[in-house]
Amino acid sequence: MKYMLVIYEAPSDVARREGEAAKAYWEGWKAYGAALREAGVLVGGAALQPIATATTLRLKDGKRQVQDGPYAETKDEFAGFYTLEVESVDQALEWAAKCPALAKGAVEVRPVIVMS
Amino acid sequence: MNEDARRAIEDAARVSQRRLIAFLSSRCRDLSRCEDALGDAFQEAVEQWPETGVPASPEAWLLTVARRRLIDRTRRADTEHQAEAELLAAWDEAAAMSATAELPDERIKLLFVCAHPAIAPEMHTPLMLQVVLGLDAARIASAFLLAPTTMGQRLVRTKLKIRDAGIPFEVPGPESLAERLEAVLSAIYAAYGAGREIVDADDQRSDLRVEALSLAQLCAALLPAEPEAWGLLSLLLYCEAREPARRTADGGYVRLSEQDTALWSEPLLHQAEAALREASRARRFGRFSFEAAIQSVHAQRRLTGVTDWAALALLYGALMRVAPTIGAGVAQAGAVLEAHGAAAALPFLDAFEPSDVVSYQPYWAVRANVLERSGRTADARAAYERALGLSSDAAARAHLAERLARLR
Repeated sequence: MKYMLVIYEAPSDVARREGEAAKAYWEGWKAYGAALREAGVLVGGAALQPIATATTLRLKDGKRQVQDGPYAETKDEFAGFYTLEVESVDQALEWAAKCPALAKGAVEVRPVIVMS
Repeated sequence: MNEDARRAIEDAARVSQRRLIAFLSSRCRDLSRCEDALGDAFQEAVEQWPETGVPASPEAWLLTVARRRLIDRTRRADTEHQAEAELLAAWDEAAAMSATAELPDERIKLLFVCAHPAIAPEMHTPLMLQVVLGLDAARIASAFLLAPTTMGQRLVRTKLKIRDAGIPFEVPGPESLAERLEAVLSAIYAAYGAGREIVDADDQRSDLRVEALSLAQLCAALLPAEPEAWGLLSLLLYCEAREPARRTADGGYVRLSEQDTALWSEPLLHQAEAALREASRARRFGRFSFEAAIQSVHAQRRLTGVTDWAALALLYGALMRVAPTIGAGVAQAGAVLEAHGAAAALPFLDAFEPSDVVSYQPYWAVRANVLERSGRTADARAAYERALGLSSDAAARAHLAERLARLR
């Protein structure tokens, strides 16, 4: 089955992307990605720029509304995702447990709909 | 309907139904659909067996029909073909079983599905009662004080999650077995507890105790190498043995150390002791094994006439190391008080976080007792008053009021 790991990163972790801690921060993610690849479970994924860069679009009374910022402000921010191919939710949870964002944030595990 | 056919169908419904569900659902993962398909198979049995006679292996017959219905339903729903392939594999397996061979008992897998960490903990017990024991939603709802439709909807939603989230129908590997089993056993314990919270014998919840006991028996039988499975079985058997002595005729609660031992069930106590011996075989003690051992010390009172409080203090200490709870901590302080005196017991009570015990009645009852025996009369009075105000049981209130009156 395919699962998406939806990564919610704590603001203090997002802050580590630049400056002194940046090297350690990115190495953590690189190692995690490499482990997923080596295990042959990685299907895809993406890392996102901080929410400050987000723009949200809505349609109101048929008119396009463009708003600076994310869809919803949350304590931890939606920072990226991985798609995995594994046998069961247990294996997906096992991989989620190793995700660097988990220390301070959260990882949501969701099955992916497979279109036939 | 002819008598043989009726009896065969009843036997199959009682004995085979849940095993068939376990067998089918561990292969197609869709519990609701398996239950519907097996329901169809039973309906066909009711229609055909009186005409054609009871098949040589009713279980194999039901499995064949249920499998066919399942494939029909799967086709109709037009979902993944993978499920169908798995079904066909299940069919081959079933065909390979000789007509007399027993269906493998895979209900243990269902227990692990029901108590999976991806399922909300409050649904673990209701799911087990329905999926593993076949209780209907209305009965489960009454046990959990919910409207039948609400419980029904929650069960349906949870079964959909099991199917769509890909929760595996398997016994976890050794690396996570102990942890996952704990959730299974806790859910069974919760079912027993729900069955206990009643005074009225007509209440449907009382048979919940029996159902919980049967689940504990199933766990021990199917995972005989797991000490905690035996520990829970032993614990529940001890509780069940003492059930007739737990309340007075007018429904008042009787404390364990004051129960009339003549009312305890000797056969159940023997079974409990045997299960505890199995639990201690592996020399690996967990929460339920310690709780069963605590019960066994209390049970000894029927032979010795006294309660061995020193042994209880040690066992509660051990329980607190593996599974610290406020209840166990307060019980530990109570045992230390009886075994070693008030001065030894007070530090255990003082160690609690005040916010944890602010409205926990047993804490204040034990604390009052400790303070009274330390000669701190004014403090003891305040603690008794506090315990009295937090009591929900008439017998406990009367007991505390009497103690309080003595201090005035």
